[in-house]
Amino acid sequence: MSSAELGFDPSLKKKKKSKSTSSATASSAPAPAGAEADLFAGLKKKKKKSKDTTGEKDHKDSVDDVTATFETLRLKKKKKKSRHHDVDDFEKQLAKAGITTEEEAAANANLQANFIPYDKLLSRFFTILKEKNPELAGGQQTKLKIPPPEVQRDGNKKTMFANVQTIATVLQRTPEHLIQYLFAELGTSGSIDGEKRLIIRGRFQGKNIEGVLRRYIQDYVICKTCKSMNTELKRENANRLHFIVCKACGSTKSVASIKTGYQAHVGVNRRKKV
Amino acid sequence: MSNIENLKSFDPFADTGDAETQPTNYIHIRIQQRNGRKTLTTVQGVPDEYDLKKVVKVLKKDFACNGNIVKDEELGQVIQLQGDQRLKVVEFLVSQLGLKKKNIKVHGF
Repeated sequence: MSSAELGFDPSLKKKKKSKSTSSATASSAPAPAGAEADLFAGLKKKKKKSKDTTGEKDHKDSVDDVTATFETLRLKKKKKKSRHHDVDDFEKQLAKAGITTEEEAAANANLQANFIPYDKLLSRFFTILKEKNPELAGGQQTKLKIPPPEVQRDGNKKTMFANVQTIATVLQRTPEHLIQYLFAELGTSGSIDGEKRLIIRGRFQGKNIEGVLRRYIQDYVICKTCKSMNTELKRENANRLHFIVCKACGSTKSVASIKTGYQAHVGVNRRKKV
Repeated sequence: MSNIENLKSFDPFADTGDAETQPTNYIHIRIQQRNGRKTLTTVQGVPDEYDLKKVVKVLKKDFACNGNIVKDEELGQVIQLQGDQRLKVVEFLVSQLGLKKKNIKVHGF
């Protein structure tokens, strides 16, 4: 029963085939072991069943050949007898299958009446998945919207970066960390004014800041494993290392601390230091 | 017992000395703003096997800019070049000195 069920596929083509074969098996079922060739021919037509049946069929053929040539040998005959038992079992099973195929055909007909195409089911699945679990259904939709940096000139030699705070909160980083990175990358210094805007020494354009910001996100925000931006920066007190902890996939990755590197002394400072 | 020894020939957990595990010595190329629209390019961490004096000489000639070597206590010798030469320096380091691009880090805007 179970094997028959396993063998049958509720798709159209196979169903038709199974019908024809079921009739063939029904005719061959009452016939004794002599009709085994027909039976197996039917089997072959039917479909590729599980491996062992086809293998057995091959065995059967070879055994038939052998028995045809060495009919007098007992050993072979014994083997053949055992084979016959197997075949009997098979007939029983096939007879059962013959009954069940009719039942299943009816079931298939029912299915045919309210048959839903695979495409529709797939799209339905994805729409539901997007509603319930947007993280799983392609991260593109859930991309974080980072506001473009508002950069203005503050006087002649300073640049004002107005929305550091909001960008830092969107990225789930402390503003201090972001500011430290900005200063290290731009090779300058600066301060935060009364309205929590960042004042950077030097002239910078919006696109410059944007480029640096992009690199910051790449280095310190994006999870290297799943490319999610939903991460947290944690500092391990034991080894003083910073770790990105991804909230989407749960992975952690250590990141290098921000280093300023070499700073040349420019302008008036230069003569003082040297 | 002695022929069991050959089982020890390969230890999968031994340190292979791969560069992946060791801290790679990055070459940092930075830019600094000077007065006006002038800038300064610094190249930090060029390996010692290269003669920096000669390197600077070629760089100066190639990029048509001035430059010099500054000795820093922590960071060793640093090349300073006038103007924004970052991309040109990267190209030079990769093509002429045969350094790997992944070991070069360009900073700045």
